[in-house]
Amino acid sequence: MNVLCQHCKEVKATVHIMDNFPEKRERHLCEECAIKEGVIFKQNQETTNEILHEFLKHKVVGLKEGDDLTCPQCGMSFREFQSRGLLGCPHDYDIFRDALLPLIQRAHEEADHHVGKVPVRVDENVRKQTGLLRLRRELKEAVEQEDYEVAARVRDQIQSLEST
Amino acid sequence: MKLDDLTGKMGEWLRGESSMSDVVISSRVRLARNIAGYPFLSTASDSEQSEVYRLLADEVSAVVGDEDALFVDMNQADDIARQLLVERHLISRQHAESEGSRGVTIWPDERRALMINEEDHLRIQGLRSGLQLEGLWEDVTGLDDALSGRLDFAYDKQLGYLTACPTNVGTGIRVSIMLHLPAMRLTKEIDRVIRAARDMRLAVRGLYGEGTDAVGDFYQVSNQTTLGKSEPEIIRSFEENIIPKIVGYERAARESLAEDHQHRLDDRIWRAHGALASARTIGTEETLALLSHVRMGIQMGRFDLINIQTLNDLFLHIQPAHLQKMAGRPLDGAGRSVFRAQYLREKLAV
Repeated sequence: MNVLCQHCKEVKATVHIMDNFPEKRERHLCEECAIKEGVIFKQNQETTNEILHEFLKHKVVGLKEGDDLTCPQCGMSFREFQSRGLLGCPHDYDIFRDALLPLIQRAHEEADHHVGKVPVRVDENVRKQTGLLRLRRELKEAVEQEDYEVAARVRDQIQSLEST
Repeated sequence: MKLDDLTGKMGEWLRGESSMSDVVISSRVRLARNIAGYPFLSTASDSEQSEVYRLLADEVSAVVGDEDALFVDMNQADDIARQLLVERHLISRQHAESEGSRGVTIWPDERRALMINEEDHLRIQGLRSGLQLEGLWEDVTGLDDALSGRLDFAYDKQLGYLTACPTNVGTGIRVSIMLHLPAMRLTKEIDRVIRAARDMRLAVRGLYGEGTDAVGDFYQVSNQTTLGKSEPEIIRSFEENIIPKIVGYERAARESLAEDHQHRLDDRIWRAHGALASARTIGTEETLALLSHVRMGIQMGRFDLINIQTLNDLFLHIQPAHLQKMAGRPLDGAGRSVFRAQYLREKLAV
């Protein structure tokens, strides 16, 4: 069947369905319009996965042609990571840090620092640093939103954490 | 607890409690953790993977204490048992289908589960019906604390919890909310949800997560950003912003259907029930699609031949592994369709 999409009237229709709600009618849509209309469902995993995918096939800044980093602990090379999408061991984050950070930032709305939970068994200092990072960001946001009540509370929390 | 004890029970994710349960089916939180000093599973040898498994199984059983939890060694479980756990949303498809030493521990109320050696060494999972994120987070963070008091998790000062895939690094948290959006599907407004989700950096998936279709008008919405925000912050954004917004869209779509297409809508709902109650052979997808419209009818007060509990029960038990457990024997596709139709007729007999 060679008809144009009834919706955009530009692209050849590839999705042909008998719709019966609210009225019975034949519909001929292109894939894009069919997704828009909810006739077919395409997942939007591309947000993270596409970033990952794009990044993985992309040449890495700071990594010269033919040059490849390999983790001495698990033997994973950066190229191997690029083809698999999974790292080999926690140490890879140190070995590949410079190459990984741009990907991590793109996948996480430009963030490059953890501000959440800290393991129970971790250096007190790490816990304090992470807490401070989080509070400072919360303070910045509160000020931006002109929520001075929250800002004052967060400022107090920062001071008390700093003095511990 | 034994695996067979689960079969007859209502799944936690379908209990249908809490506010917004007309649209929100269930909430789930997962935390990804790895044990420091071991490679991730992508490079772990079989013996390293077994070692991680044994180590975690021991620590997990210490944390479980004398609660009547269910431990499943995935290598010992047959196909139907593994599929059953997927259908109850207790493990991921990936966990059911992959190989090597791996397992899952499930608390009797199915609200908490620990997957060992999925993509990461440990996935701590909390599951609740409806939108109940606060209690859910307490469950999950409590388990995390209990385990992190006994084990060293791979952690980096700058990047937080280190995960096999860099897209989970930081908090390692994945919040997924299962939504039932039949009216938006009918009014062809699902695109609004997809667009809103994209703007808020969320993923939209089907009934069983990654790589699955929106069968039965079920959609899973989950966060993609795991770094740079605290866990409570991520959870709050679902509770205060994302979910109320989508629920608002769906309720508006239901209202407009009721106003503009009353007879068409009722026809849909009641015919769906008719087909379910009289089919002689019926597949899973068709059943889910029809149950979806009956559910909408019940929630909108336009259908009252069965109640929501019965309906939720059907959603669970018409799935392949549950059916075969009820039948007490393995059934092929054609056999399942006949058995499913028979089961539906019994349950829906008027």
